[in-house]
Amino acid sequence: MRKTLFESLTRRPFTEKLATPVDPEIARMASELDVKARRRLGRSLSLRLVDAGSCNACELELNALNNPYYDLERFGLRFVASPRHADVLLVTGPVTKNMREALLRTYDAMPAPKWVVAVGDCAACGGFFGGSYACEQGAAAVLPVDLRIVGCPPSPNQLLEGLLALFSS
Amino acid sequence: MTARDPSLADPFDHLNGSIVAEQRPWSRIEVQADIWTEAADRLSRRALTLLGLWGEPRTVHMAVADANDLSRILVLSISCPDGRYPSVGRVHPPAIRLERAVADLFTLVPVGLPDTRPWLDHGKWGVHAPLAAQRNDARPAEEYGFLPVEGENIHQLPVGPVHAGIIEPGHFRISADGETVVRLEERLGYTHKGIERLLQGADLERAARLACRCSGDSTVAYGLAFARAVEAALGWSPPVRAVWLRALMAELERLANHLGDVGAICNDGGFAIMLAHCSVLREQVLREAVACFGHRLMMDRIVPGGVAGDIDPAGAARIAALMADIRCRFQRLVELYDTTASLQDRTVGTGVLRPALAAQFAAGGFVGRASGRKCDARRWPGYAPYDELEFDIPVLQEGDVSARLWIRIREVEQSIRLIEQIVAKLPDGPIRTENGSSPANAASEGIAIVEGFRGDILAWVRIDAAGRIERCHLRDPSWFQWPLLEAAIEDNIVADFPICNKSFNCSYSGHDL
Repeated sequence: MRKTLFESLTRRPFTEKLATPVDPEIARMASELDVKARRRLGRSLSLRLVDAGSCNACELELNALNNPYYDLERFGLRFVASPRHADVLLVTGPVTKNMREALLRTYDAMPAPKWVVAVGDCAACGGFFGGSYACEQGAAAVLPVDLRIVGCPPSPNQLLEGLLALFSS
Repeated sequence: MTARDPSLADPFDHLNGSIVAEQRPWSRIEVQADIWTEAADRLSRRALTLLGLWGEPRTVHMAVADANDLSRILVLSISCPDGRYPSVGRVHPPAIRLERAVADLFTLVPVGLPDTRPWLDHGKWGVHAPLAAQRNDARPAEEYGFLPVEGENIHQLPVGPVHAGIIEPGHFRISADGETVVRLEERLGYTHKGIERLLQGADLERAARLACRCSGDSTVAYGLAFARAVEAALGWSPPVRAVWLRALMAELERLANHLGDVGAICNDGGFAIMLAHCSVLREQVLREAVACFGHRLMMDRIVPGGVAGDIDPAGAARIAALMADIRCRFQRLVELYDTTASLQDRTVGTGVLRPALAAQFAAGGFVGRASGRKCDARRWPGYAPYDELEFDIPVLQEGDVSARLWIRIREVEQSIRLIEQIVAKLPDGPIRTENGSSPANAASEGIAIVEGFRGDILAWVRIDAAGRIERCHLRDPSWFQWPLLEAAIEDNIVADFPICNKSFNCSYSGHDL
């Protein structure tokens, strides 16, 4: 344990500078968000994820945001356990009919102002599961979606880029 | 389990029926109710092992293996013109949830099934039995009746489907006496996307992409299982280089997932430094995956007939260097786990799964191997190129959280060993078979079993003459692991539920489909 800790003091950190150019589509969506409400929150947002039927690939990449390479919290973004603490609802998956009610209840439990981000192709448009008897056509079929981060699954860099667009327009 | 003991009675003896000639590589026989019931009895007596049970509009199929030689596999089919068949779950509990799922999707009634509650159908689809022969109107949604718990001072904790972390949805009903869990009951089906319905009529390309999205963490394994089943059906043989690249991807996936799991289990024991270091190693594997194969999780890279991307010698050299680096750094983390008593205090003796139960449910992967089950689809039934590679299959008897962690640690080491052998011996040649585009001449069936990181994935497919999927079933290892979590958590404290759950790490999406 001591060796591992000492090594961390001398080694350069894993964490990387974010150097990705902002996708124009994400910038456009972000510019339409309510700027006033956003100013009130400053540069700090609490995120709550609901998996509405994803294949769990999106969850793997969202989890990766917490690893030392991406270190999500340095941007003022953090995942919270309760929707009551959340400003932003992240939705993954095509929204299965079996998850629809739980998703709506989670959204209703969040205080305003609040935003919804559809993460991944499934949440953005239904993905491969659009048209199934068991699925809605993505998050927008159930909730007002403010931002879409596409990808199957979106990479951690794409996720960061999209989430940081919530701050800047 | 490695070879049959000739003194034992053959569990396939007198399991007679008319052979369905077109299924490969293991035969499928159509049987009458008496043979079906006899097979169910042999399952309950542990002579046979249940590999899967799935439906079609008027037929139910059951894949079984010889319990003493998992390479001997047989598929039994029973025709149910009146929509009823003798329940296997009546005598063999591992089949119960599978039969409930078949009832939800096809309205086929398992006669004698002790638990007739719906499983995947939560009454929200707007249609009942969506895969059945005729369209059925939705049943009125009923309150789901959880199993009763009796006793003084028992309180219930309903958890989910929305959980606190970044994980998949499912409901856990925990009944506790003070801090002690008296009963855990799972309710799943929240991520049911109707994949088997979407697969029907799909061409091979779309079907392969759907298969890769059954469970994202096992996308390579699902892609491999589906591709192997299709190739068995159509009689294709993928080029040798493709077979080796598939194994390379499968081992990278296993490595990345096990590294993530080791960190996450320790983190659930309050030891965050392991998570930080393991997630760095995991990230490095994924970055090499995207550099070599163009996708961090290597999704859609395995296709029927071969693979969709090749690696260059520089990529192979980078992978070899990364393996040497991970072996050295992971060893230090293993020592850290092995010498931290406060962490082992949380894992040793927690969530014990008895070997008898693991054997009854034929639990695969680290769940089975941590409870004394010597199984690994890479060896039994086995598939190329693992017959040319050296690796050990770790088995432990303890069955607790720590044992499941140690199995993963040993498998990390074995996967590194395998990857090093693969990149050293990678044969040259094409990566996709020429006949990959030729349509089938007649309907044909194929079946495959593949070892994913969490256990054996079964894929069964029937392809019509036009080369489209007529019916496809994909069985996740979690079907036989989820029920065991209910047993393993009994008598543990409520606060240990997360670490027990993480040590099982069952798939919700792969189970719900």
